[in-house]
Amino acid sequence: MLETIIQGLLLGGLYCLFALGQSLMFGVMRLTNTAQGDFIVLGAFGAIALASLVALHPALITIMLLPVAFGVGYVLQRHVLNATLGHDPLPSLVVTFGLAIVIQNALLEVFSADPRSLDSDGLNTASLTIGADFAVGVLPLVIFTVALAATAALQWLFTRTALGRSFRAVSDDREIAELMGLNAKQVYALATGIAFMLILVAGVLQAMRTTVSPSDGPLLLLFAFEAVIIGGMGSFWGTFVGAMVLGITQQIGFRIDPGWGIWFGHLVFLAVLVVRPQGLFPKTRG
Amino acid sequence: MTERLRASQVVPDGVLVEQSTRASHAALAIGIVLVAFAATLPLWGESSWMREFVEIACYFIFAMMWNLLAGYGGMVSIGQQAFFGFGGYVMLALGNFGGVNPFVAIPIAALAAALIAAPVSWIAFRLQGGYFAIGTWVIAEVFRLSFANVSAVGGGSGTSLTALRGIERATRESVTFWMALACVVAAIALVYLFLRSKQGLALLAIRDNEVAAESQGIPVQRVKFAVYVVAAFGAGLAGALYFVGNLRISPDAAFSVNWSAFAIFMVVIGGIGRIEGPIVGALIFWALNKFFSDYGSWYLMGLGLLAIVVTIYFKQGLWGWAQQRWGWVLFPTQRTLR
Repeated sequence: MLETIIQGLLLGGLYCLFALGQSLMFGVMRLTNTAQGDFIVLGAFGAIALASLVALHPALITIMLLPVAFGVGYVLQRHVLNATLGHDPLPSLVVTFGLAIVIQNALLEVFSADPRSLDSDGLNTASLTIGADFAVGVLPLVIFTVALAATAALQWLFTRTALGRSFRAVSDDREIAELMGLNAKQVYALATGIAFMLILVAGVLQAMRTTVSPSDGPLLLLFAFEAVIIGGMGSFWGTFVGAMVLGITQQIGFRIDPGWGIWFGHLVFLAVLVVRPQGLFPKTRG
Repeated sequence: MTERLRASQVVPDGVLVEQSTRASHAALAIGIVLVAFAATLPLWGESSWMREFVEIACYFIFAMMWNLLAGYGGMVSIGQQAFFGFGGYVMLALGNFGGVNPFVAIPIAALAAALIAAPVSWIAFRLQGGYFAIGTWVIAEVFRLSFANVSAVGGGSGTSLTALRGIERATRESVTFWMALACVVAAIALVYLFLRSKQGLALLAIRDNEVAAESQGIPVQRVKFAVYVVAAFGAGLAGALYFVGNLRISPDAAFSVNWSAFAIFMVVIGGIGRIEGPIVGALIFWALNKFFSDYGSWYLMGLGLLAIVVTIYFKQGLWGWAQQRWGWVLFPTQRTLR
C-alpha cells in the first residue's frame, strides 16, 4: 500500500508539471488552452529532434529550448490568443482546439505515429533502494523534485515579484489594471511565455520517463485539467495537491486492474466536482 | 404570415410582429420540394450515394444539436460524443440482445441518451465556460472507458450489429436512408420550432445576458437543462442512426472526440447561433471531405487552420457574413416589429 502511494506521488509530480502551465493561464486570463497536452507533446518532440542533432544531456537540451518555448508562448498569446479573449469562451476554445489538431497532424506528418522517447543518459533505469525490498526510480524522484521546485517558484513569482503583482492585477480586474498603466496584452503574453517554459519541461520529462506519440496530447490535457480543478483554480499549491490526488488515485486504480486506472482517476475527479466544485484550495473567482 | 402577440400591452396597437420573411417562405417551399425529391433516391440512385447521405446526415444532426447547445444555450461542450456513442450502444444492445428492430430502436436510443443527460448535467453544470467544455470531455472519456470494459459488447474492440442480418441489403439501405432523411427533417424542425417558441425566446435572452434574463423572470437553470437534454437527444439520435448505417461499433469510434471537433468545425464555418450555419457548414464539410480527405493529415491540418482563421476574422461564419451583406434569412427565429 505504501509503495502504491509513493508511486502515486511520483506520478503526481509529472501531472503537476503538465498542469502548472494550464493553472497559470487559467489564473491570469481565464483562458482554457485545449491544446495544452499537444504543446507538451510538441515540446517533447522538439527536444527529441534537437537531441538527434546535438548529442547533449537532456538538461542542456532543455536549457537551450527554454527561450524558444517562451518565445512561442509569447508570440502565440500576443498575436493569436489575445484576439480570442472575452466574455464568450467559444473563440479561445475553437482556436486552441484548432491548434491542437494542427499540432497533432503536423507531428504525425514529420515524425510518423511511432512512439519515441528521449535518451535520459541512464537516468530512467537508475534506482534508489529504500528499506529491504523497496526501490524508487531516480528519474521519478527528479521529476517530483522539479515539480516541487516549479510550484514553489511560480508561487513566489506570483506573490513576491512585480511581475506576479501585475499577473494578479489583470486577473482581478483587467480594466482597472489598465487604468493603472498596465498593458494587459503584454502581461498576458508574458504569462503564456512562462506557461510554455513549464510545458517544455513537462514534455522533456515525459519523453524521458516513457514514450510520446503525436496523438498523446488530449489525454495529457485531461490529466492537467483534472489536477487544476481538483486543486482549485488560481492556486499553484492547490494544483500540486490536485496532481498528487490524481496520481495516487490512478495508481490505486492501476493496482486493482490495469484497465481501470485512468477511469478511476476520472471518477475521483467527477466526485470532487460534485462534493467540492470550487476545488480543494480555490483562489481565483469566476 | 404575421401574428399579433397576445401580450398586447407590450406591443402598441397597429404594430405588427413578424416572424417570417419572403425568403423564409421560399426556403420552406424549396425545402419541401427537395425533401420530396430526395425521398425518391432509393428508386433511382446508387447505394453508395445513400450511404454517403446517411453519414453526412449523422454529422449534420450532431452539428445541429451542438449549435443549439453552444450557439443558443451558450454551453460550449467538447463532450457531446458521450451521447452520440451512448445512443449507438443502446440501439445495438436493444437490437442484438433485446430483439428490437434496430430501426425502431433508433428513437428509443435517442430517448435513452436524453434520459442519461439528466444526471450527467447535474455534474457538468458545476463548471462554466471553458472548464465546462473540458469537463464534458472527461465525462465522455468515462463513457468510452466504461463501454470499453463491458465484454458483452466486445470490450475495447467493439462488436457488430447482428440484428439486421435477416434483412435484405437493398431494403436495409433504403430504410436506413429514409430514416436518415426523416431524422434530418425532424432535427431541423425541432430546433426551428423550439427557437420560435416562447422557450426559444427565453433561450436567446439567456444567451445575450444571463443575469438580465434571470431578472426578467426567466428560469435560467431550467431552460439550460432543457436545452442540454434536447441536445443529448439529438446527439443520441445521430449516433444510433450512424451505427445502423455502419453495422459495427467500437468505443473508440463511438466516443471519439472527432465528433465534437467536426461539429465545431461545421458550426463555426457556417455560422454559430443560426440554423443555416450547420446546414452550410455540413455542405462545406462534405465537399472538403470528398475532394481533400485523401490528403490525410494535411487535410486535417487545413481544417484546423480554417477553423482558427474563421474564428478570428469571420466571427459570424460564412452564413453570418452573407446575412449581414445581403440580409438573407431562411429560418427566421427573431421577431421584427413593423
